[in-house]
Amino acid sequence: MTTHQWQHKDLCALADHTPDELITILDTAEAFKGVGERNLKKVPALRGKTLVNFFIEPSTRTRISFELAALRLSADVINISASASSLEKGETLLDTARNLEALRADLIVIRHQSAGSARFLADRLNASVINAGDGAHEHPTQGLLDAFTIREKLGCIKGVRVAIVGDILFSRVARSNIQLLTKLGAEVTLVGPSTLVPATFASLGVKLAHSIDEVLEEVDVINLLRIQHERQRKEYFPGLGEYTARFGLTKRRADKIKPECLIMHPGPMNRGVEIDSDVADGRGSVVLDQVTNGLAVRMAVLYLCSGGTPFAPVIPVAADSLS
Amino acid sequence: MNTSLHIKGGRIIDPANGIDRVGDLFVRDGIIVDSLPKNEKGERGSEVIDATGKVVSPGLIDIHVHFREPGQSHKETIATGARCAAAGGFTTVVCMPNTSPVADSPATIAWIQERAASTACVNVFCTGAITKGLAGEEMAPIGALAAAGVVALTDDGRCVQNHGVMRRAVEYARHYGLPVMDHCQETTLSADGVMNEGEWSTRLGLPGWPALAEDLIVARNILLAEETGHPIHCQHISSARSVRLLREARHRGVPITAEACPHHIALTDGELKNFDTNFKMNPPLRTQADIDEIIAGISDGTITILASDHAPHATYEKEVEFDRAPFGILGLETELALFLEILLHQREALSLSQILGMLTVNPAKFLRIDRGTLSTGAPADITILDPDHAWTVDKNESASLSRNTPFHGHSLRGRALTTIVGGKIVWDLESGFRS
Repeated sequence: MTTHQWQHKDLCALADHTPDELITILDTAEAFKGVGERNLKKVPALRGKTLVNFFIEPSTRTRISFELAALRLSADVINISASASSLEKGETLLDTARNLEALRADLIVIRHQSAGSARFLADRLNASVINAGDGAHEHPTQGLLDAFTIREKLGCIKGVRVAIVGDILFSRVARSNIQLLTKLGAEVTLVGPSTLVPATFASLGVKLAHSIDEVLEEVDVINLLRIQHERQRKEYFPGLGEYTARFGLTKRRADKIKPECLIMHPGPMNRGVEIDSDVADGRGSVVLDQVTNGLAVRMAVLYLCSGGTPFAPVIPVAADSLS
Repeated sequence: MNTSLHIKGGRIIDPANGIDRVGDLFVRDGIIVDSLPKNEKGERGSEVIDATGKVVSPGLIDIHVHFREPGQSHKETIATGARCAAAGGFTTVVCMPNTSPVADSPATIAWIQERAASTACVNVFCTGAITKGLAGEEMAPIGALAAAGVVALTDDGRCVQNHGVMRRAVEYARHYGLPVMDHCQETTLSADGVMNEGEWSTRLGLPGWPALAEDLIVARNILLAEETGHPIHCQHISSARSVRLLREARHRGVPITAEACPHHIALTDGELKNFDTNFKMNPPLRTQADIDEIIAGISDGTITILASDHAPHATYEKEVEFDRAPFGILGLETELALFLEILLHQREALSLSQILGMLTVNPAKFLRIDRGTLSTGAPADITILDPDHAWTVDKNESASLSRNTPFHGHSLRGRALTTIVGGKIVWDLESGFRS
């Protein structure tokens, strides 16, 4: 049985946390999801607290999701981008963050190009630090919202077969998903070209496949990552056409998947590349549920890292498991 | 002023001469002598050191240090770097040329030599760059550098990528009898890598620097050494496969040598799990399999020289995002202890005499310098040490201007007790520096 507790000021990486702690976030998020469905979408949980969205690497949807989550918890929010900070004047990340702390920011949500940057700040600041994506390392709230969506739609995570498809090597979304899903007992298969799904990933307790057709018919969840072919990727695979031919979720392939299989995407989607446009809007697609759930998950994370009391599961626990 | 020393009753280990015996050692006017006459007090020598129960070794030599002068004296100066050396038992060091300006001209070499002569408490030798500005394109004035007194050539910190340039440089250096040393890193493979490519780079999402990038240049250097017949020395070997390539080449008699650093046999890439930049160096920490093969290479004579790659960086420079932090860690003060702890105490891979040989006579022979021996008539560079001395590393006690060591708090066995350069005691553990 899950012991609901959370005693951390930061959320830097899902790799740092126990299964019980991760379930605590998911259960707390479930309680917060109801807030978003109400007419009055605001609770006073973080009233008087200040949250800084410190986005050194540009992002729109994650920043807005964190901002809205904070506003719904009644926190005050300011947004800082790299161009608006003193980093461009040569100030170090640590000095900039210390300045934010001197202004009495309670929570710092950071997105940064460098892996480990959230942990770097968390170890040096008294403020809570929430990782909104650090290089190719982790994107913990994305991993949580993906798991939350799987649990909501399929009823559980343990034993669920999940395929994560795409640019795994450079993906923080993939790493957070791998950590969380394997800790909670899902069977994860990483799918993509051998250059973007190198053999070293096998050490993380997942299976590897280099063709989407190998896994199509047996999985319960297909999580498609955004694939790009900009300068850095040109030595990893030859082009988007070849990628789509081998890894794209085309209509023909979508016809072969299980009827109850979930189709997920962290966005923004490239319609016609990793996912067919009709498939993205069709049966099984939970892409917009992910966005909605992201808000609930981020409310839970902000709340818990501010010292909030975890919520018990909404689902009643069977009497015989209470002994 | 001391003009003579009598080191009494120590275990004298002089690998250059195959000596390992308990006895006395005498020094007069900076030179090792057979004996000293008794003075009015009945003593031999104006200063007597009781070395009973201690080991008396030729002064240790480190052929791979970065002292940051000229140009980056906020990290280290020749004076403070030399104090690190003395406190670590090293009487001779060889400085890398990646200073600012780069040590690629006789003028810069002369500046460093002058600075060393006036501020350093140990012997400081210079290397010169292979290419101008370490840019890997045009040959540095190798003949003029040789005349200025450099003991070897290297572009350390960088690696000459152009094989044609490297080949010509080795051929040219042969004419001047200058050994060529190389930092082995093929940069299209290491790309923007900041740690070993493997399980841990996969977990941490940090760009990987694969061992393959080292192996490829080691193989290149083996072929060039074989082709030219001129010695090439592979610096700070970090990869198991590089050791195997070197072993095979040395069996065939190719004039190729290699060195190992303490951190590459003490730590694995798993240490990076908290993104601590004090574990970031180049080449990076690798795996247990690499450690085991490097130690095997040290044991079987594939790797013949031990060195530190002492690379100081200011705290504020290291206190940044992992991928933006500079490569490198302090080394001189923990080097002897780490080698003794791992190679002698933990692994029992080599005898004390063998380990000291790789820190004295082997580097001296490689660089053709008259150091690294206790022979009569040799300069009196002597290190008195205790291989069993247990101590705990405290970065705040370092003589360096920097504090970037991953070994803070480590408990180690083995330490230098007294460092003697040119017949003068420059440091001892109890009373510290003599000047």
